Amino acid sequence: MMDRKVILSTKGVGKYFYDPVKFKALDNISFEAYQGEFLSLVGKSGSGKSTLLYILSTMDTTYEGELFIEEKKVTGLSTDKLAAIRGENIGFVFQFHYLLPEFSCLKNIMIPALKLGKMSREEIEHEAYKRMEMLDLKEQALKPASKLSGGQQQRIAIARALINNPKIIMCDEPTGNLDTKNTQIVFDIFKQISHDFGQTIIAVTHDLDFAKASDRTIELADGKIISHGF
Amino acid sequence: MKSVNTEIAVTHILTRKKQTIVASFGVTIGIAIYICLNTLIIGTNRYSDNAIFKTTPHVRVYKEDEISKPLSKDTIGKHNPVVIVNPKISNISKNLINPIKLLTDIKRQPEVTAAAPMVIANLFYNNGKSQMNGTAWGINVVEANAMFDIQSTMVDGDFKTLLSTPNGIILGVGIADKLNIKRNDNVSVISSIGVIKLMKVVGFFKSSNIVTDKSKSYMNLAAAQQLLAQGPNYVTDIFVNIRNPELAPEYALTLGKLTGYTTEDWKAANELFVAGKKIRQVLFLVVSWAILLVAAFGIYNILNMTISQKLNDIAILKATGFLGRDVVRIFVMEAMVMGIMGTIMGFLLAALIVNLLSRIYIGADIGYFPIQFELPVSMTGAGVGMLVTFLAGYIPARKAAKVDPVAIFRK
Ligand SMILES: Nc1ncnc2c1ncn2[C@@H]1O[C@H](COP(=O)(O)OP(=O)(O)OP(=O)(O)O)[C@@H](O)[C@H]1O
Ligand SMILES: [Mg+2]
Repeated sequence: MMDRKVILSTKGVGKYFYDPVKFKALDNISFEAYQGEFLSLVGKSGSGKSTLLYILSTMDTTYEGELFIEEKKVTGLSTDKLAAIRGENIGFVFQFHYLLPEFSCLKNIMIPALKLGKMSREEIEHEAYKRMEMLDLKEQALKPASKLSGGQQQRIAIARALINNPKIIMCDEPTGNLDTKNTQIVFDIFKQISHDFGQTIIAVTHDLDFAKASDRTIELADGKIISHGF
Repeated sequence: MKSVNTEIAVTHILTRKKQTIVASFGVTIGIAIYICLNTLIIGTNRYSDNAIFKTTPHVRVYKEDEISKPLSKDTIGKHNPVVIVNPKISNISKNLINPIKLLTDIKRQPEVTAAAPMVIANLFYNNGKSQMNGTAWGINVVEANAMFDIQSTMVDGDFKTLLSTPNGIILGVGIADKLNIKRNDNVSVISSIGVIKLMKVVGFFKSSNIVTDKSKSYMNLAAAQQLLAQGPNYVTDIFVNIRNPELAPEYALTLGKLTGYTTEDWKAANELFVAGKKIRQVLFLVVSWAILLVAAFGIYNILNMTISQKLNDIAILKATGFLGRDVVRIFVMEAMVMGIMGTIMGFLLAALIVNLLSRIYIGADIGYFPIQFELPVSMTGAGVGMLVTFLAGYIPARKAAKVDPVAIFRK
């Protein structure tokens, strides 16, 4: 297990907020995430989980320390380069689905791949249908995203996160809005994609059952890692 | 292949058809008014310039009166300054020296399109006991007509009859009314130096100016020379038309240097008219731009609203690899679609309005409304419309591109 490839790592990441008062939200965070690992990030409310996740996502660039993705340092790259890295390597699932309401489910799933432009439109559509099949969504493909149930919308959002075969999938409370049945479905999907397809999952969660069932749990308290879960 | 940015922009537009149409309709009105007002300026300017150019040449070359001066300044020295007490306008003739050579020199200039010699004489018109004073223009019939299109102002008789009638005269209608003269009557004229001449009235003209109609007459160059008791080499003015009358003030200086005589351009001769024209132009310009800006503001508003409703969408697009400039492109494209639709419709609406206006009969010597479709100004209007919509889209789009996805996802 320990000799697996490191896919993402941080060195001494710290983060300050200055509004309303100077406040250290993260302090000297160093950890590694491995290929194919289902990693959960837990901690009390306000412990800095989301703050850390947004730094890992490359969307938040105002931090100290260093971030590496696939052993390449991404700290300090231009916003355009970071956007390209995100598009190719990272998929996102949030508590809210953030689907584009005017588009069909199929289009919502296809858009990140159309942007990346590595496949033809036909191939992308084919890939999107494959993801929907896996997530039991095939019947919804042509419905507008706004006409789906909450669980279905969340699964569409997961399919969208998977479309570019990202090496890492980052989730902030992906099951926060879901009932136990849908939570179980999402959990199973995550297990499957990490173990069968070798994609790394980093999921912030409050759900301790969810965390326990993941491969490893990192625990934060007051902006520090108090357990690496090994 | 359609780019994903285009696809998103098109979807946004199709899902808010009504707002799109309302915004582009604003542009339609703006562009239509812009084109109509500017076309109207061109039309009325062309009409009033033409009216001016029926009586005023682009540049007039003449000899200015001079005040008598001592022959020499300082032959006697500083302590005995030479002065003329009570100086008068010197008694030098107003004749332009060697007018034939002068005329050929002027006509040889590439900028000059027409040049005509003139003898302008003050005189009295008499019929029985009634008398009126006025000014006779002694002209070269063919050249003067080429310059002023006098024929088109004739209300009775044929202008060219002057060619075959050496003592013929064409009077303004005001003179004819007052002196009760009909065509083929004789009228006796007395010049300022007392020469009396009996002339045959061959026609009447009517200009757009009542004062002119009550004083001016046309006769042959030779007849005017006789009235002033001068020979065939006597010419008081040379009237010059040039290719671009707007450049007349500059060209007048050139002609002045070339001939050594005083020159006067039509703008200097009609200062009030030129000032009025400028005011009109500025007024129309301000109004047409104001309306365009209001139209642009409509687009700006709708885009701003769309963007603030779509912050979530922008955040997820940026999270999934879209760049700031992709976001700008999406929203600018939406603005441009509204702008292009509005501009095309505005162009057509303007063409329709101009067409309708040009059928309105005003009467008097204007006739129909002096307006016709002007392609260049319409193209400018379309271009300005596109530019303004581009800006109206670009400003909010740039704001959208700066949206920080983290700030959105945290909510
Ligand atoms: N934009 C901000 N400005 C100032 N302080 C912030 C900001 N965002 C977060 N914080 C603070 O940073 C700390 C960590 O916040 P964070 O959102 O990472 O917590 P969290 O662990 O995700 O909590 P939760 O489980 O409730 O989502 C909190 O104390 C919070 O108040
Ligand atoms: Mg959080």
